[in-house]
Amino acid sequence: MSSDATSDVGTQVEAARLAALAQIASATDAAMLTKIGSELSGKKSTLNTLRASLGKIQDPEARKNAGQVINEGVQQVETALQQRIAEFLVQERAAQVASESLDLTEFATANRRGYSHIVTQAMQRLEDVFIGLGFQVAEGPEVETDFYNFEALNMPRTHPARSEFDTMFIEPFSSEHEANTVLLRTHTSPVQIRVMQSWEPPIYAIMPGRVFRRDTPDATHMPVFHQIEGLVIDRDITFAHLAGIIESFTKAFFGSEFTSRLRPSFFPFTEPSAEFDIKRPNGDWIELGGCGMVHPNVLRAGGIDPDQYTGFAFGFGIDRMAKERHNVEDIREMYTNDLRFLRQFS
Amino acid sequence: MKILHSWLNEFADFGTDIEAIAASLTKLGLAVESVEQVGLPVKGVVVAKVLRTERHPDAAKVHRVYVDAGDGVEKHVWCGAFNMQPGDLIPLATLGTNMPDGRVISQRGILGIDSEGMLCSGTELGITADATGIMILPAGLVLGTDVFSALGIDQDVVFDLDVTRNRPDCTGYLGVARDLAAHLKLPLKMSSKPQKSATSSKGKKRDVTVDIRATDHCGRFNVTVMSGVVVTDSPAWIAQRLSRAGMRPINNVVDVSNLVNLEMNQPNHAYDLEKVSGGFIVRHANEGEVLVTLDDVSRTMSAHDLLICDAKNDPVGIAGIMGGAGSQISESTTTLALEIAWFEPLGIAASVSRLGLRTEASLRFERGVDAFGARAAAERFAQLLSLTCPNLVVHDGGADVKTSGLPEEARTTMLRLDQIRRILGVDIDVTRVRDLLVPIGFEIAKPDKSNSVVVTIPSFRPDCVQEIDVIEEIARHYGFDEIGKVVPKSPVHGRLSAVQQRRRIVRDFVLSLGASEAMPNPFLAPGDLARCGLTEDNALRLANPLVAEESVLRTSLRPGLLQAIAYNQSHRTNDIKLFEVGHVYPQGSAQLPDEHEVLCVVFAESDATKAMDMWSQFSAFLGVGAQLFQDAAPAGFHGTRSAQLRRGKVVLGAVGEVDPTVLANFGVSGRVACLEINLSMVLGETPKVSAAQTVSKYPSSDFDLAFVVPQDVAAGTLLKSLRQAGGNLLVDAALFDIYRGKGVADGSRSLAFRFRFQAPDRTLGDTEIAEARERCIAAAQKLGAELR
Repeated sequence: MSSDATSDVGTQVEAARLAALAQIASATDAAMLTKIGSELSGKKSTLNTLRASLGKIQDPEARKNAGQVINEGVQQVETALQQRIAEFLVQERAAQVASESLDLTEFATANRRGYSHIVTQAMQRLEDVFIGLGFQVAEGPEVETDFYNFEALNMPRTHPARSEFDTMFIEPFSSEHEANTVLLRTHTSPVQIRVMQSWEPPIYAIMPGRVFRRDTPDATHMPVFHQIEGLVIDRDITFAHLAGIIESFTKAFFGSEFTSRLRPSFFPFTEPSAEFDIKRPNGDWIELGGCGMVHPNVLRAGGIDPDQYTGFAFGFGIDRMAKERHNVEDIREMYTNDLRFLRQFS
Repeated sequence: MKILHSWLNEFADFGTDIEAIAASLTKLGLAVESVEQVGLPVKGVVVAKVLRTERHPDAAKVHRVYVDAGDGVEKHVWCGAFNMQPGDLIPLATLGTNMPDGRVISQRGILGIDSEGMLCSGTELGITADATGIMILPAGLVLGTDVFSALGIDQDVVFDLDVTRNRPDCTGYLGVARDLAAHLKLPLKMSSKPQKSATSSKGKKRDVTVDIRATDHCGRFNVTVMSGVVVTDSPAWIAQRLSRAGMRPINNVVDVSNLVNLEMNQPNHAYDLEKVSGGFIVRHANEGEVLVTLDDVSRTMSAHDLLICDAKNDPVGIAGIMGGAGSQISESTTTLALEIAWFEPLGIAASVSRLGLRTEASLRFERGVDAFGARAAAERFAQLLSLTCPNLVVHDGGADVKTSGLPEEARTTMLRLDQIRRILGVDIDVTRVRDLLVPIGFEIAKPDKSNSVVVTIPSFRPDCVQEIDVIEEIARHYGFDEIGKVVPKSPVHGRLSAVQQRRRIVRDFVLSLGASEAMPNPFLAPGDLARCGLTEDNALRLANPLVAEESVLRTSLRPGLLQAIAYNQSHRTNDIKLFEVGHVYPQGSAQLPDEHEVLCVVFAESDATKAMDMWSQFSAFLGVGAQLFQDAAPAGFHGTRSAQLRRGKVVLGAVGEVDPTVLANFGVSGRVACLEINLSMVLGETPKVSAAQTVSKYPSSDFDLAFVVPQDVAAGTLLKSLRQAGGNLLVDAALFDIYRGKGVADGSRSLAFRFRFQAPDRTLGDTEIAEARERCIAAAQKLGAELR
């Protein structure tokens, strides 16, 4: 068998190939095609039978040629099979996608995140702004001694300004405790003294926290509310630096279109003392808080030599900021713990 | 402090730009709280005379008033006030008048009868504060003339100043004017009108005895005797000034006394000399001593209150606060004794708060008045009184007794000039300092070798004591705005401390669980803690609570949160999950309580498994470990569905359900899952930084085991044994199914665990897995659990 044998094989392969392709084309789904595929690649398939009979061809050249023809046939069939499989897969996925449409609004919220209190939100925003200005955050107890709340702040026992603080005192709970020596802090300023006593200058600290006054609650006052206090102590800290920090804070917290001013006022623990106001872009001035140069007596009470160091302090209320930011009409509403209220402020 | 623009302008020419004056006052620290226009004429309101009045049968609340407005024509007006008589002069707002409240007077009447205008009250016109009826005008005014010009009412502006405690001088016109004139560089006159010398004549010497027995509370007692007094009405301008300052005009003597007080900031008191038996004694009251004051109130004194007594030692006034009714000026007074004293401020303040009586005099004495202004004030008093008493005689003598309690007249302090720059950040030389301070009464000596100057402080500035006080005055008059703004470069690394960072992480974690943040009142009612299953013995109490229901300081966050749950349930809110991070204040062994910070999370309608889920997540997320101690329920928690979180004997918190009795006490329905952690213990801890372990490249093997476990064996205990039995190749073991019911004996439950084994260095063999499985089964059997 020579070229004749090869051509003979060629004819058979061509016939088998066409038959196989027709079979593949006849498949109507992937399952049928899989069955056809396994038949075509099985030992008994026409092409494999032909391959098995190659050994009968004596002439090596002719055998080689015949083998090549068979392989080409097998390969073409395989390619056609794979193509058809891929086509079926695409169809099937498209059908799946079409069949499993979902209304995305059709879901029930199982676990929604909770809401942070607006006073906490305000406090954290303030902390973050001051951290950016190079401040650290200090804390102190809410139940304080007369010393830290008044005496160390240049308000000795007879000081008339004390009466303005509407202090709530703790009933002595043991015979060793004198009346009116332990109280609920009326401002965050006692933390200033604690910071001076335990930190070394340079001190750049803010002191947020809860404070207490014996005030009957109304739309703008609560007996329990929150303040933030700032304290800077270093060599050569001046009143101009105080004005600078207030201005930086105003711009960083409220926006670059806001500005600030200081005007003379009085606090026993600072001198010179000032009120600081901020100016809205519309030109209105809003009174924000009090500030001033730390009084030499206060520095001394904190263990700091006023001839070595100077410093300034400032403070203001946090609740009012939260109230105004969210247009809360009555401050008491912020403390009802009503979830319908709390869930408004993400 | 109410300041009239016209009156202030008599001290210096401050001009008419009201906004500029207000801005200057604010810059000086005399904050202008409000600016009010007064005496603004209402055009169209004329003087009219009541001719007759008449009722209408169908109108009960109004009557018909017929008036003559000068044109001889009878006009008819409906009126709702009945205080006028025929012949009275009243203000008539004619048709078309624009009233200050916005009304326009029209003809529209009632019952089909027109009204030809409106009769006005004093308040409607802004003339007086009297709204009780129609304003009855003084007789003799010309009918038809404008009411405002007929009454000589001047337009004016009232500045209401918020005078801070450190400016006692500015509760008087002179003090305000001095500050403002210095600020505007204007010359200051020392008094308002009349500025001519007094017309009163000097009389012969009339001494008065003064015996100050409370020398530490009364530093000076000055008395001037004046005769030839005729008690009458004040001139209209004085009455108007006082009314606009908020004081009621009484008679010429009392009005002058008040005027001197307002103008010179010098409280003073005029007694009828006849009624004080020729002298005064200043002493402390006897405990329980009673005095009827000028306002006809009988007041009981304590031994700390200071009294002015007559020569017979009978009280005639409470020192520095209010005179007595018995010795006051009356129509028969012809000779008066004018007292100008100096009382120690703290003593007056204490009496004011004890008696609950604050007056124009006491508010000044409390802050500190000029102890050396008596002579000028007495002269001014005589000058003003002579306007209505042409035969007034001011007698020499009187009395002027000073005690050791009197402050020094010329106090001094050293000012180191370099301190100005150190505190304010600007260079201000001694010449400038002098320019700034001399106009407000300070004296500056020449600098010494060390560049310090002696500053003499005026006696009307008792608040000024030391160098820093003087620097403040320099800053005020230099101008806060002129000092400038310099942002200091912080050499400190701005950050949250580790504790504060962890607190934020805790908050964020709890928010992610779905809890919202509550801020309940830290004050509890007596019994709230008991209702919460907690002791009240270690709670602090307020000595002066606002209300009894808020008199106990919390020792736990639970009462507040349970109240919040009940509140939300009563408003039919669903999905109630709340938390608080807050302080509690149980008593400690020291002066201050054992105050610490606590986290409490409560989920309504949830059981203990939810609480355990929160705890296990919290523990893993924050790296906080504790043993679960279920043998004794934490106080206030469910007896069999809660546990203490402990480290040895230290209690870190509690987890589980709130006691059903407590829930009933607070009116909460359903179960409440609760996790409580002492944050003060936890936040300060630094969790170990985990070292990375290489993830094994070899396959893992899993198997499940289900055991029937007696109820008294805790799942946690079994899991712990299983983990131990699994050995170091066990990489994960977890409970994944719990079953009670058919096929499982009563008193037991089926617990199914999933195990995963893996070696870091090889594929595990079947034998190794089988052995591990056997070990786990054996460990479970040891605890009485049987493989299912």
